[in-house]
Amino acid sequence: MNRINQLFETKSENILSIYFTAGHPELSNIAELIQLLEESGVDMIEIGMPFSDPLADGPVIQQSSQKALANGMNIHLLFEQLKDIRKTVKIPLLLMGYLNPVMHFGVEKFCAECKKAGVDGVILPDLPMEEYEASYKKVFEENGLRFIFLISPQTSEARIHKIDSLSNGFIYMVSSSATTGATGSLSEAQLAYFNKVKSLKLKNPLVVGFGISNRENYLEVCKYANGAIIGSAFVRMLEKPGDWTVNTREFIKSIQ
Amino acid sequence: MSYFVDEKGFYGRFGGAYIPEMLYANVEELRTQYLKIMESDQFRNDYQFLLKHYAGRPSPLYPAKRLSELYKTNIFLKREDLNHTGSHKLNNTIGQILIAKALGKTRIIAETGAGQHGVATATVCALMNLECIVYMGETDVQRQYPNVMRMKMLGAEVVPVTSGNKTLKDATNEAIRDWINHPENTHYIIGSVVGPHPYPDMVSKFQSIISEEIKLQLKEHIGRELPDYAIACVGGGSNAIGTFYHFIDHPEVKLVAVEASGLGVDTNETAATIACGELGIIHGSKTYLMQNQDGQITEPYSISAGLDYPGIGPVHAHLHETGRLTVMDATDKEALDAAFRLTQIEGIIPALESAHALAALEKMRFRPEDIVVVTVSGRGDKDMDTYIKCMNDKL
Repeated sequence: MNRINQLFETKSENILSIYFTAGHPELSNIAELIQLLEESGVDMIEIGMPFSDPLADGPVIQQSSQKALANGMNIHLLFEQLKDIRKTVKIPLLLMGYLNPVMHFGVEKFCAECKKAGVDGVILPDLPMEEYEASYKKVFEENGLRFIFLISPQTSEARIHKIDSLSNGFIYMVSSSATTGATGSLSEAQLAYFNKVKSLKLKNPLVVGFGISNRENYLEVCKYANGAIIGSAFVRMLEKPGDWTVNTREFIKSIQ
Repeated sequence: MSYFVDEKGFYGRFGGAYIPEMLYANVEELRTQYLKIMESDQFRNDYQFLLKHYAGRPSPLYPAKRLSELYKTNIFLKREDLNHTGSHKLNNTIGQILIAKALGKTRIIAETGAGQHGVATATVCALMNLECIVYMGETDVQRQYPNVMRMKMLGAEVVPVTSGNKTLKDATNEAIRDWINHPENTHYIIGSVVGPHPYPDMVSKFQSIISEEIKLQLKEHIGRELPDYAIACVGGGSNAIGTFYHFIDHPEVKLVAVEASGLGVDTNETAATIACGELGIIHGSKTYLMQNQDGQITEPYSISAGLDYPGIGPVHAHLHETGRLTVMDATDKEALDAAFRLTQIEGIIPALESAHALAALEKMRFRPEDIVVVTVSGRGDKDMDTYIKCMNDKL
């Protein structure tokens, strides 16, 4: 069984997912970082594949992507670094990035490599639902990969239902009309949106991302969804001086 | 075979709308509304009125006598340089500002490289009393200072973009991010036939006024509507599609797009996307683009800031792939030579972009009876620093 489905079968509340950009701040510690996150109690991990033009991302993830590329990260190297990850790590792993590098790598080869490495799901925000269904669904499914769609406050109810019917993992609920990394407390409009989506009784679990930066936000959004994703705040934390393993443990502890 | 966009937003295998979900509602609103708005009487009247009385259209189609003698053929210059604000860019911004108004948008954003599109956008925003924010790479802000000040004088806010390489593609990314963050009140005026569907088609239609006029004007000059050649420079490709649009379904008209090859197509310092690019996704569109072996988008180079876009409009990728379009290139040096040539024999100082189209004349063979239309997309005022440097170097 796909580890994403397994996770949501055994746990339906307060799921904590962490995003980091592969190759940032260091090129070669991905496996260690993933192990450490699992040990610290993180439920799911999204590994960012850096792209030169990340147009859905705010400054923090843009800069981490640029640094990762300057460090020499690419998809080949990422799979190389993930090749033994399933010897130790049990939690679901997803790759998140943009379509162009994946297309360039070759979609079929990419899916096959994901399967080989033990990747469970993929998030490509600029691959639209219609195009996924027409040209990508088959190869993703053949390799046991869950494709994760985003919804935003702008997404219509009819479209949310369509996305729900195409999904088999979870739905990534973008918390507000914003790129990644926005901060602040939840507004009335956001709460109304969360309540609306919750009331739709979708078949897929919901995980909230974008703008979740601390324990307070995390607990708040978990009232409306099955879990939350912390990205920019974690990426920023990784740049802090000192021992990154100590800092990472402290950060995860501060959220849970 | 259709050379135009299909109902899914594709030109053959190019185009589409590869956008994050956060932009879906905005792009969908535009997709479902743009043709309805453009076909309404109100829009047609307003658009035609502004083109005539504000932009100063039709722009002349000038029979360039001395240039014709030089190349031993019949050359007509489509004078977009005489359009208000100094280039063809205003044709599109007038159209899009009317669309934005019809959609009830109150805030306008745009990207700009050299500043021509930014100025054209700031101009129509002043005219329509709408808030205007122009994203411009920090490098370009420094290189194109007079255009920055024109935009500010027109009341626009110019935001220097410090992400990535700090040039046009980064300015476009930042404008897209702004749109994601302001989905309800904002319209994004894209300056070329790039971006997600319906932008390439919408911008093509607004620029198609160029070839619509060429047909009528040729008829007046020589008694026939169709030239043998239609030649234009191509970066994203908006003046080129405008020049080709009404000739696309007339196979007897040879369409020639001239890319900027910078220091040469065999160097890394080039913006010749068709010659050197590969298939990929840029700014929501599937097309040819300049990228490295890992699918990271690379920075193109050309002496002309208006042509150094790493992608090309999907319509041009399709026209090229189907063999309908001939793609040539001109280097920095060839463009500079062509600019000085036109200035000295016809008294027209062209923009560096347009000089690339003129440079192609040197490499082509024409019959004495051929009718050749070349679009001069903009005037050279903004490029005087480059021209002055060139003159000083020759002294």
